[in-house]
Amino acid sequence: MNSKRNDRIATGVIYLLVGIVILLLVGIIGNILISGVPHLSWHFLTSASSSFEAGGGIRDQLFNSLYLLILTLLISLPIALGAAIYLAEYAKDNWVTQLIRTTIEILSSLPSIVVGLFGYLLFVVQFGLGFSIIAGALALTFFNLPILTSNIEEAIKGVPQTQREAGWALGLSNWKTIRGIVLPAALPGIITGIILSAGRVFGEAAALIYTAGQSGSTVDYSNWNMFSPTSFLNVMRPAETLAVHIWKVNTEGIIPDVTVVSAATSALLVIVVIIFNFGARALGNWLYNRLTAAKIK
Amino acid sequence: MSKKEQDLQEVVEQAIAQQKVPHVKIKGIDPHSIDIARLTKPSKETRQERWGKGLTALAILLIGILIVSIIGFVGSHGLATFFTDKVNIFHFLFSTDWNPSAGPNHVGAAAMIVTSFAVTLLAALIATPFAIAVALFMTEYESGKKANLLQSVMELLVGIPSVVYGFLGLTVVVPAVRTVFGGTGFGILTATLILFVMVLPTITSLTVDAFKAVPKELRKSSAALGATQWQTIYHVVLRAARARIMTAIIFGMARAFGEALAVQMAIGNAVLMPYNLVSPAATLTSQLTSQMGNTVMGTLPNNALWSLALLLLIMSLVFNFLVHLIGKKS
Repeated sequence: MNSKRNDRIATGVIYLLVGIVILLLVGIIGNILISGVPHLSWHFLTSASSSFEAGGGIRDQLFNSLYLLILTLLISLPIALGAAIYLAEYAKDNWVTQLIRTTIEILSSLPSIVVGLFGYLLFVVQFGLGFSIIAGALALTFFNLPILTSNIEEAIKGVPQTQREAGWALGLSNWKTIRGIVLPAALPGIITGIILSAGRVFGEAAALIYTAGQSGSTVDYSNWNMFSPTSFLNVMRPAETLAVHIWKVNTEGIIPDVTVVSAATSALLVIVVIIFNFGARALGNWLYNRLTAAKIK
Repeated sequence: MSKKEQDLQEVVEQAIAQQKVPHVKIKGIDPHSIDIARLTKPSKETRQERWGKGLTALAILLIGILIVSIIGFVGSHGLATFFTDKVNIFHFLFSTDWNPSAGPNHVGAAAMIVTSFAVTLLAALIATPFAIAVALFMTEYESGKKANLLQSVMELLVGIPSVVYGFLGLTVVVPAVRTVFGGTGFGILTATLILFVMVLPTITSLTVDAFKAVPKELRKSSAALGATQWQTIYHVVLRAARARIMTAIIFGMARAFGEALAVQMAIGNAVLMPYNLVSPAATLTSQLTSQMGNTVMGTLPNNALWSLALLLLIMSLVFNFLVHLIGKKS
């Protein structure tokens, strides 16, 4: 019974490979969390980073990451939403649409370092913005646009066609139907898509090294004047994010507690990604149940 | 009043004059109360429609402009090496002499090109069997809770930032490679192992889609012929999903080729032709990451780096093109 034996061997090999992968997954996530979480203290999260002594925190990096994330979403969401609506509702099936789709695919597969360097060329050098939060947010927008667009498009396409027909039957224009019926129905999916893309943006570093910069300036958290150079809200100041901080201390840093700082920061990043990943689905499902009569298991 | 509006006026007048259904009373409508100008103007709904369509088309246009300007900007800077600084393009592609600050005869990127391809191909080579096994496990062997759990952990793996992988590489893989193979621990092998983990989820999830797209009837027919599960998988499922598995591998390779920070942290960053897997090397991305800040805009060393970026961009386009080619063929 050759074939039976082969079947058993193949099954064995497949289970072996899967076992190795599971060990790898558990090992990676376990390693990050176990080596990092013990160093995550309130002090670490709320004190400024140090450039040469041990014991520095990540307060500014944490704020910069969140601030950049919010700015990026503010810029990219309207564009992605518009593009997704066009692709899902208006685009005819012809070569122009095909070209647009190919363009978005290309944009999504561009290496993030290339996107970052383009941002550097255009904003930092050409427009003279220097290393600044706004340049970083724009670079992250480019990085975020394709994925956000396709996430939102999926959500919009998931709305049943009968809902649109109901709108048209009431004499609404296509646009009114989209705004009043399709978008609210697609909202849970859209929000899930936004949060998933936010997770990617939060951990991105390659696109930021040459746009938002690798150093932080002194910031004053009580200065609410956006145009003051020391204000934490100033978009023209250079800003180092959590991910860039890990890269920086490991490649160029001279602080003695590199491993501790990077392990703790890595753990924080991974925890945030886990929260984003599972939170996105949970929130999406909850919204779906709240906003519609349908139930999903 | 234009000719068209006059015609319309006539038609309306005729229609009212010929109105012959006696029980329908048209109150207040006589030929002169019809506002032809209003009839020919677009309705409120049409205006809304135009506004919405225009607004969303603008967003698309913006993305189009973006991609064109990325290619334009990176292209013009990358080509400056060849047109302004007169570097021979064959020299750039095939020479291993990389020292751009010494002049245009020392701009050879072959070492980085070879290293980039080496880490990409090796990572894909290692990841593919694992990805196929996991995908088979999730679609053919288990499809309930276990598969879902594995799937969500895989998705988590995609979400882990690349610097975290780089840091793990530095603290786990580098010492391990150093202990086992000697040397510094930095090199192609280390980068490959990190990239393997990074592309594994990408290839796996696309391969799962490929297997799910194979019709159930094919499996059932095969089973009805008395084939074992492995025979069905090997002769039917894998064969039917071949094109999409190829696509999955190419997507994984594109990700590996463009990965910058994780590789830069683990490969050692020495622009040398790699002669073994554990000696320090440099990829296109790692060189860009570590050197862009050290050069002055517009000088030859800077332009040479932009040429590397252009090469990355072109390879990204090539990977896209390959995916389309495979999609068309199947």
